[in-house]
Amino acid sequence: MLTWIAGFILLIVKLGIVLGCMLFLAAYLVWAERKLLARLQVRYGPNRAGKFGLLQPIADSIKMITKEDIVPEAADRIIFLVAPAVVATTALLMFAVVPFGSSLKIWGREIPLVISDLNVGLLYVFALSSLGVYGVALGGWASNSKFALLGGIRGAAQMISYELSLGLSLIPIVMLAQSFSLVDIVQAQANYPFIFVQPISFAIFFISAVAESKRIPFDLPEAENELGAGFHMEYSGMRFGLFFIGEYVHIQVLGALAAVFFLGGWRGPWLPPPVWLLLKIILVALVMIWIRGTLPRLRYDQLMELGWKVLVPAALINIVITGAFILI
Amino acid sequence: MTLFSVAFYILASVIIISTGIAITRRNLVHAAVYLIISFFGSAMLFYLLGAPLLAALEVIIYAGAIMVLFLFIIMMLDEEKLEEKFFPIHQWTPAAVMSGLFVAVAALIISGDSDSQVQLQAFTAEPASFGRYLFQKHWLAIEIVSLLLLIALIGVLYLGRDVRKNNPK
Amino acid sequence: MNTDKNESPMTQILADLKALAIGFATTFKHLFQKPFTEEYPEYKRPLPARSRARIILTRDPDGGERCVACYLCSAVCPVSCISMQSAEQADGRRYAPWFRINFGRCIYCGLCEEACPTAAIQLTPDFEMCKQDILALVYEKEDLLVDHGGKDKQYNFYQYAGVVTDVGEKGTHIKEEKPVNIRSNLP
Repeated sequence: MLTWIAGFILLIVKLGIVLGCMLFLAAYLVWAERKLLARLQVRYGPNRAGKFGLLQPIADSIKMITKEDIVPEAADRIIFLVAPAVVATTALLMFAVVPFGSSLKIWGREIPLVISDLNVGLLYVFALSSLGVYGVALGGWASNSKFALLGGIRGAAQMISYELSLGLSLIPIVMLAQSFSLVDIVQAQANYPFIFVQPISFAIFFISAVAESKRIPFDLPEAENELGAGFHMEYSGMRFGLFFIGEYVHIQVLGALAAVFFLGGWRGPWLPPPVWLLLKIILVALVMIWIRGTLPRLRYDQLMELGWKVLVPAALINIVITGAFILI
Repeated sequence: MTLFSVAFYILASVIIISTGIAITRRNLVHAAVYLIISFFGSAMLFYLLGAPLLAALEVIIYAGAIMVLFLFIIMMLDEEKLEEKFFPIHQWTPAAVMSGLFVAVAALIISGDSDSQVQLQAFTAEPASFGRYLFQKHWLAIEIVSLLLLIALIGVLYLGRDVRKNNPK
Repeated sequence: MNTDKNESPMTQILADLKALAIGFATTFKHLFQKPFTEEYPEYKRPLPARSRARIILTRDPDGGERCVACYLCSAVCPVSCISMQSAEQADGRRYAPWFRINFGRCIYCGLCEEACPTAAIQLTPDFEMCKQDILALVYEKEDLLVDHGGKDKQYNFYQYAGVVTDVGEKGTHIKEEKPVNIRSNLP
């Protein structure tokens, strides 16, 4: 019983730390994105709230929380209210299987530095990311606005298309690591990160990940200049904030997954493992911001063509080639 | 009553209630949402019974992919206003017969093992052993199913081909 | 994706990659450029003298009010934000006992300035006049009146107008001839 209680407290503490770090990082990713995007476009970005605008996330969150939470009269009330939570929750829950270190020894107890080492960790991530679609689709539908509905439909179509290539791009990794567990996948990269053996896989994964997080050049569900703001058009206040947090947490999670599957996870010299994972997440996020600052939005047919006619076949061929190499 | 059985009964009631609500809703999107909850509950049940792989697949395929497609179609359709009336008799008679059969079978099973002699063993299916079992023992069935999917894929490609290219007019 | 059939797919892919690389290099170079942004409260861009913002009522070189309360500005105002009352002084000058502009409504179109026959109402480049309280944007005559001639410093309406005031009798104004005696003017 005592060990059970200790384990429970440990779990709560770990959850608290990870959740706190993720939300903090999400807030400052917004800041980094605005700042870096501004510099990529030869602007300054936020520089009023605090030095270098460092207090901007706090100002933003105060604004979000104190704003009126408007529910359109014709909206489907309950679904409208719940949809943003689905987006944020699924994004946050995905981090549960990401390992951020091997293990720690405190008071003679072995503490694994992962919230939950599921033996189907990778599938768990996909299950949650496929549930995340509902937040977008139902949020768009429940708003009872044509633009939001169009955004929701686009979001659903885009996310299920790219989930396919995302999943297929990771099968070679599973074949190499011989496990679905993210901990084992990091263990398998003890000698070299998988990006060196699976560069094509990494490219497919990264493109699909950007599409999955609905960012430029794949931000068709939002598409400011044709749909207003797409699926979250009718949202205001903290419910919009939840969509926003969901997006940035999603970026972090995808960064963490890219790190775990291809960049060696928490492995790295000199620095402690969680710092390495954090650095890799930030690196991936910065590249995503760079992409946002450079590329224009794709057309819808181009998006579908890229997903189904380029990425999926490439991923399938990659699986076959990897299988052949493993057999030989 | 162990923690396990408490969780089981909670999940079972969630599944039954949400499925019941799903088939009685007039609003199609609401029905779909309740069905998603039901699928999610079944996935949790699988996890509880020691099959995390099946649980994950249930969520990915049923709750994640198939229901999204359902929702997609529902959202694309013009929501027609259905008048509130009971289903016609030719629709619900077969359903009633089937559920009667189902209840009878369940009653038979329960009465055949009235003392709950056969206990469910705590068992965890590892993904690797599950894959080996599937592809070594049932490889023929897998191949046939994959062939079926391939045929479906080719059929879709045939239906979705660009007709204008073939007969230019 | 370019669908040029003449080129082989490999050169096509290479060309696409090159195009992407050029784009990314361009934005990367921007990182090290000094931003073009003019930071507003610290740096105020000098505005042209004819920019249209806060409205003033000017005075002629003698220090008298130019406004003759003719209601032309009020009539031409598309949003009806100008209102006034006209009256006459003992010396024959017309003036506005009160003159009010609601800047909460004003769209700074400058039509009032064009309509004004005496160059009294003018727009200035000063635009920093926002207030928390919208009623604070209603400017009375004392808020509007300034002690200079605005854009046209030397203009004095009463020196041109053929109206009898303290500025001069009939026939003494600029470009005005002596009044003719209509009885002696008969052929």
